[in-house]
Amino acid sequence: MAREVVIKLRGISNVFGTHAVHENLDLDVYRGEVLGVVGGSGTGKSVLLRCIAGLRPPQAGSIEIFGQDALNCSEAERREIDQRMGVMFQDGALFSSLTVRENVEVPLRTIDGLTPALRRELADLKIAMSGLPYKAGDNYPSELSGGMRKRAGLARALALDPEIVFLDEPTAGLDPIGASAFDELIRGLSQAMGLTVFMVTHDLDSLHACCDRIAVLADKRVKYTGTMEEMLKIDHPWVHEYFHGPRARAAIATKEKAL
Amino acid sequence: MTADPSALPAPEHAHLEGGGGAWRLSGALTVRSVSAVAEALENAQGELDLSGLTRLDTAGAYLLQRHAASLRLHGAQADHAALLERVASSMPQPPEASQTPFSFVQILDRTGRMVAGAGRFLVEITAMLGVFFERLGQIARHPGKLPMTALVHHADQVGWRAIPIVSLMSFLIGVVLAFQGAVQLRQFGAEIFVVDLIAISILRELGILLTAIIVAGRTASSFTAAIGSMKMREEIDAMRTLAIDPALVLFVPRILALLITLPILGAVANFMGLFGGALMSWIELGISPPVFLSRLIAETGTDHVMVGFVKAPVFAIIIGVIGCHAGMQVGGNAESLGAQTSSAVVRAIFAVIVADALFSIFFAMMDI
Repeated sequence: MAREVVIKLRGISNVFGTHAVHENLDLDVYRGEVLGVVGGSGTGKSVLLRCIAGLRPPQAGSIEIFGQDALNCSEAERREIDQRMGVMFQDGALFSSLTVRENVEVPLRTIDGLTPALRRELADLKIAMSGLPYKAGDNYPSELSGGMRKRAGLARALALDPEIVFLDEPTAGLDPIGASAFDELIRGLSQAMGLTVFMVTHDLDSLHACCDRIAVLADKRVKYTGTMEEMLKIDHPWVHEYFHGPRARAAIATKEKAL
Repeated sequence: MTADPSALPAPEHAHLEGGGGAWRLSGALTVRSVSAVAEALENAQGELDLSGLTRLDTAGAYLLQRHAASLRLHGAQADHAALLERVASSMPQPPEASQTPFSFVQILDRTGRMVAGAGRFLVEITAMLGVFFERLGQIARHPGKLPMTALVHHADQVGWRAIPIVSLMSFLIGVVLAFQGAVQLRQFGAEIFVVDLIAISILRELGILLTAIIVAGRTASSFTAAIGSMKMREEIDAMRTLAIDPALVLFVPRILALLITLPILGAVANFMGLFGGALMSWIELGISPPVFLSRLIAETGTDHVMVGFVKAPVFAIIIGVIGCHAGMQVGGNAESLGAQTSSAVVRAIFAVIVADALFSIFFAMMDI
């Protein structure tokens, strides 16, 4: 069965001053998959995420989301695309003057006809699904730990049941237990809700635990894509170092132990 | 019973049909369509067939699970069933609401807290003042500790850059005083006393008081915003871990800069106020500048000037300490920065006026 392509990038170029971050970059993201994007520092993983999420137009290339041109479309069309996507920023990027529940309610307010009570209940549901305790909804972001802020950020990103979520380093700064719980959360949510997940990460354990496919950014484009097994066979020096380094061996060992 | 599709502009809608004990749900039950069937589901009981659902999201699944007690769900497609299960496992469990009704005790409680808060504020301000003088003492013993660059920078910010607005304001005050005084004094043929009126009111009270109020608005807010945003981003904690004393590098140069520049601003205000008054007296009453000047010198004692200037350092410390203290009270969010900034201005202006009133009483009792 041919899989549906939900995000299609062709010939993307991003240039900062004289420094090109991406040149002629192509990438396909399929419906329902969890795609992990890896790459060294400065290879433009976050820039790529911001491009697709519409926060930064690329200098050249085309972006198709849900089969629709996302760069040359009207603002209304772009808004419609945005409503079908959710972004979780690295530190949650929650609105600091709103409680967690109010943060999650913000996207729900754009839906006509939702009663305040139902909106509140749906926000509570998303908070619970993100693995936060009920009373966290009344807290302000500054009263939460980093891991809880990330969960709250995820709850807000999922508020409208998007088809695609973008996660920027979801497990960075979490302790190993919190990180693996977050991996399971993402995996579970993507299966239950049929989510497509575009995840920028450095965390080898996350790549093992929840990614269906991995895209490696190197030499200013998406150099390789494939499953973890395929990555392990690639000869490129950086990719080899990345997936065979001491940390990678530890991650593989835990994975094998778990099996 | 059917949900009215015309009430829903979105392309997605769900239909609830049936009656008695058998219901059937079809269409797309998503966050955009739940509100249309929410009420109808409220009254439905018995069996609910989900085989006609084309789309289901968490909002829809939540709505169905909420009625799981009165409706038996069946016929769901595999992925919908999985979603229903997932939602069922994380249904929010609100704890028993423990809201106490608004009562007299609550009012007392709130009043008590406010009084205690005001008391704590006074203690904290006093502590801040103590810290400032203690650090000044340190600097007196080790002059090398004085952050000279910061001091000059803040003196430029709070003093030099305030000169245009302070000059303009006191010039206009002088004009207004001369004009108002002229109208009244002309009735008695006592025009010349307008010089005394202007000189005494500006030198003794208005020059320095209005300067302090303007500086409180300009400077207390900027102190609070600058220190508060550093506090918000944990820069002040970082300083402490690096063995840098925040009081020495943040508070001392700011308050000291105010202490140095406020009297100078006061002098500028006095001069401009007298200038405005003299100009208006000349135009309105025909009192020529030489006459104004000789009357000013002959009749206005220097003690009026001294009374004015004695207050300047006190106002400077009040404004500086309140501004820095409010900055340190900023919490983790952007809203508290705004709240503290505006309350710093209000408190600083209020405290300056209270201090001015106390000075007036003191000078009156001392017959100065």
